[in-house]
Amino acid sequence: MTTAARARRTRRPAAHGYRSVAQQRARIPADAALLLIGVSFVLPLLWLLLASLDSGAGHQTRLPEELSLANFSAIMTTGLLFQPLWNSLVLSAGTAAVTLVAAVLAAYPLSRYQSRFNRPFMYTILFGTCLPITAIMVPVYGLFVQLRLLDSMPATIFFLATTALPMAIWMTKNFMDAVPVSLEEAAWVDGASGLTALRTIVLPLMRQGLGVVFIFVFIQAWGNFFVPFVLLLSEARQPAAVSIFSFFGQHGAVAYGQLAAFSILYSLPVLALYVIVAKGAGSSFAMSGAVKG
Amino acid sequence: MLLLVFLAGPILWAFHASFTNAALTGRNARSPAWVGLENYARLFADPVLPLSLGLTVLFVGGSAILGQNILGLSIAVLMRRASRSVSAVVGTAVVAAWVLPEIVAAFAAYAYFSRDGTLNQLLAGLGVGQPDWLYSFPMVAIILANVWRGTAFSMLVYRAALDDVPGEVTEAAVMDGAGGWQRLAYVTLPMIRGSIATNLMLVTLQTLAVFTLIWVMTAGGPSNASTTLPVLAYQEAFKFGDIGYGTAVASVLILIGVVFGAAYIRLLRDPKP
Repeated sequence: MTTAARARRTRRPAAHGYRSVAQQRARIPADAALLLIGVSFVLPLLWLLLASLDSGAGHQTRLPEELSLANFSAIMTTGLLFQPLWNSLVLSAGTAAVTLVAAVLAAYPLSRYQSRFNRPFMYTILFGTCLPITAIMVPVYGLFVQLRLLDSMPATIFFLATTALPMAIWMTKNFMDAVPVSLEEAAWVDGASGLTALRTIVLPLMRQGLGVVFIFVFIQAWGNFFVPFVLLLSEARQPAAVSIFSFFGQHGAVAYGQLAAFSILYSLPVLALYVIVAKGAGSSFAMSGAVKG
Repeated sequence: MLLLVFLAGPILWAFHASFTNAALTGRNARSPAWVGLENYARLFADPVLPLSLGLTVLFVGGSAILGQNILGLSIAVLMRRASRSVSAVVGTAVVAAWVLPEIVAAFAAYAYFSRDGTLNQLLAGLGVGQPDWLYSFPMVAIILANVWRGTAFSMLVYRAALDDVPGEVTEAAVMDGAGGWQRLAYVTLPMIRGSIATNLMLVTLQTLAVFTLIWVMTAGGPSNASTTLPVLAYQEAFKFGDIGYGTAVASVLILIGVVFGAAYIRLLRDPKP
């Protein structure tokens, strides 16, 4: 490194902390420790990947004797793969859409009108995000029995939307607060009603934020196992999460390779969506935004 | 409105139902009778409840408060020291376990801990004994599995928090001759106190509700050795068809959640110094 460059480095404000010689030295053990953690995190996933390509897979992580796509072709049937995946898609997309509409309508007044109910309402919502959903499931099942809503797709979608709503309102409001109010005021002067202003001005401006909320809810619904497991009974309506469980849970320890292949196909959409969000909006946006408020 | 119907409704109904003898099948399914505190009396007399409560505390304590929290913080701190490429790769690995659908993660963990699974392969390589984790030490297995699955959340929170710590402060500490550990203990950690509290709360609540992972890995067994409260509520309600009793268990769980949730809101309300 030339002296000039070194001078530039030291003059630069310490955004990444203070890089002294000692810190350069501390880098190697830190790297080693991190890599060790990383490897232990990857191992269970490695099994998934290798087993899916191994026609004789068991619990072990091993290199397949021959790479084969037999597992994938074995599960490529309508009843086993496509129907459940389609159900998952309907369930998740429906949930995300319902949640988004409700969240926008709830967040708009919260973001634009100052009323003394705002703070308590926001805290109630936050409180709602805290409740363990698992605990609510048994009583919800009872409620669904009473209302004769069991095994109905729309009802399940509404329930999933409700559980996702608190977080969604919170995120939507944060995105909405970033849209300057002056534009709407101009619209109101021109005689637009609140809803018109919302539709024509605010929503287009927060398109990206809406996309993030939609994907966020979609991912949650896609991966959710317990809610459909309890509320949907017939096989024709079950999403992929439940069908994996019932298929492989009932047939005992058999086709691990097929299980792994199914899991991979089922996980891919979510991983892809996550990458889109993470690329588009910085790494820890959703979490820090949601946590810090 | 939606929120009211679907969240408040079940909770109120839950408390009501826990006072009845509602059942999945038979005479009581259609017309539950009011049995007052009977379910709770049975619940508190049931030897499974203290066991289950204890296991829940163990699970949350070991997996959330110790495991995910400390590991997440360590990863975040290490990432600031390590080279960029390494942190990026490791960060991806940690997040991958978290983004996977829960059922897939549960199956992967099940295979990893099973008798002839990856973990025992490693132990055999080291020449140590290979217990059957899921039968002999089910709690150890599910706690570790949940740490594997959930650490990403803490890591992301702490990374954001550490990025907010102004560089000048750490620099001043370096000038004063503070070593790495001292800087961490006396400067960095006190500065991200708020994030630590928030994260502890959220992770605790998330862990309290874990069901799928345990259900797939051990199904609460062997003989209730890993039955945390959510699993117990599910078993009572759906396996033994006793909705009223299961709901009583769920009510206990909801109450615990409410206490933690209220504490968390109080934390947020207090202006952070």
